[in-house]
Amino acid sequence: MLCQACKEHNATIHLTELADGQRVETHLCQQCAEGQGLAIKSQIPLNELLNTLLSAAPQATDGSSESVPGEMQSEHPCPDCGMTLKRFSKESLLGCPHDYKEFEDELAPLINQTQNGKSQHVGKVPSRMPAAQHRDIELKSLQRQLDAAIRNEDYETAAKLRDQIESAQ
Amino acid sequence: MKPVDLCKYPSSWFAGGSDILSEVVISSRIRLARNVAGYEFLPCLSPNRQRELQDKLKEIMLSLELGEKVYYFDIDHASKVERNLLTERHLISQRHATGNGPRGVVIAEDEAFTAMINEEDHLRIQVYAAGLQLHACWQRINRIDDAIEQKLDYAFDAKLGYLTACPTNLGTGIRVSVMLHLPALKMTGQIEKFVAAARDCNLVIRGLFGEGTDATGDFFQLSNQVTLGVSEQQIVDTFTDDIVPKIIDYEAQARKTLLEKRPHALDDKIQRAIGVLRSAYLISSQEALFLLSNVRLGINLGRIKDIQLSTVNELFMLTQPAHLQLRAGKMLDPDQRDSLRAEIIRKTLSQN
Repeated sequence: MLCQACKEHNATIHLTELADGQRVETHLCQQCAEGQGLAIKSQIPLNELLNTLLSAAPQATDGSSESVPGEMQSEHPCPDCGMTLKRFSKESLLGCPHDYKEFEDELAPLINQTQNGKSQHVGKVPSRMPAAQHRDIELKSLQRQLDAAIRNEDYETAAKLRDQIESAQ
Repeated sequence: MKPVDLCKYPSSWFAGGSDILSEVVISSRIRLARNVAGYEFLPCLSPNRQRELQDKLKEIMLSLELGEKVYYFDIDHASKVERNLLTERHLISQRHATGNGPRGVVIAEDEAFTAMINEEDHLRIQVYAAGLQLHACWQRINRIDDAIEQKLDYAFDAKLGYLTACPTNLGTGIRVSVMLHLPALKMTGQIEKFVAAARDCNLVIRGLFGEGTDATGDFFQLSNQVTLGVSEQQIVDTFTDDIVPKIIDYEAQARKTLLEKRPHALDDKIQRAIGVLRSAYLISSQEALFLLSNVRLGINLGRIKDIQLSTVNELFMLTQPAHLQLRAGKMLDPDQRDSLRAEIIRKTLSQN
């Protein structure tokens, strides 16, 4: 049976949906089903999903056919752990909590698709959260200042910042 | 306690009662994924920091007052057969068994609580119970999580919840699972019913040993997929009040149909299974699983009266490859394992 959408490939995904008491059957190939966001429910691996998102990103952001902006984006490292989107798309694991901020825009559609459209946490909250988060934020900010100082070869400031980070930890 | 001490007994939570509910739901499990603030996730954590974190988490886990003895096993330095034994008993994941670097597991004496350190996330705690007991599991794991949280800061974000290495665990970091035995649905070719019900509720079906294992045979592990934007209690309630009763009903209907319409086909399957198990001299773990599943169904339906359910449960657990090798006290090649497995099953079933 051929895919109803592209009429080229063999249909491997068969959907039966009930809408208003009507039975509707849809037969699609893997690619078309993925394109319509239907194949996710049959559990395609996360890294495949991410690859699709990464390769789709440049076309969405600018009209040019060059894939260079996407390449650069995917090689940009997180200042805290060095993780890149390229590496994440291979291993499907992030490198540190800050990655969720650093790659917020790129991760949002992925989170949206794997979490059934949800984006706000509901449920248990650690009781010690405020203080912990406060310290975390402070450490992160110090770390970023340290990175900047190293980049500017300002080693005197860098040494001070490193001491501050060590005493805060 | 050493892993070798475990190989002679089945786990306490691997049981099963005498009503349809505990016949179908073998066990309940809840797992929480947690990471410690101030440490990178494992892909970017240096070996030294990984060791530091392992020691820190080990100390915290062993200092908790859990009301029973807990033991720590260093997985990095364990032998391959010991790691396999822990996997066969569902105490660690396959990922943890085959991983790299400093890592370990804390196991409670009753084996119903474990904490994997440096698995995919810094800490993965899990609680097991026999039958459908998700509420009890949630209460227990929630208390343990509270106790851990008094001693360290978790990586947490007000919007995204508990931050996990993989975005698929974000939010609650919870994985609620039930292990199901659905032989009649399988036999009547209606397993699609179960698959469709699971898909409609955004649930994932896996094999007996969780992630990365095939859902072949009659045993299935059913878990939630969505972890963000839905509370732990909601997930537990949906499983307990909604999903599991529906699946039990499907299986009960299928069993009724078999008894009424195809009793000979049913008895043939059950009695052939017993026949082979009582007389075979070589039997693979796959075949044993398949045949023991049929015997379990026979006991549940009252078609077999001279074998106890606990005997079958014991055989499921103790005839797995690593269990056999630790029991024999030496490495066995597949032929030797098949022979020892057949011998244990033959002797156990002929005593009954």
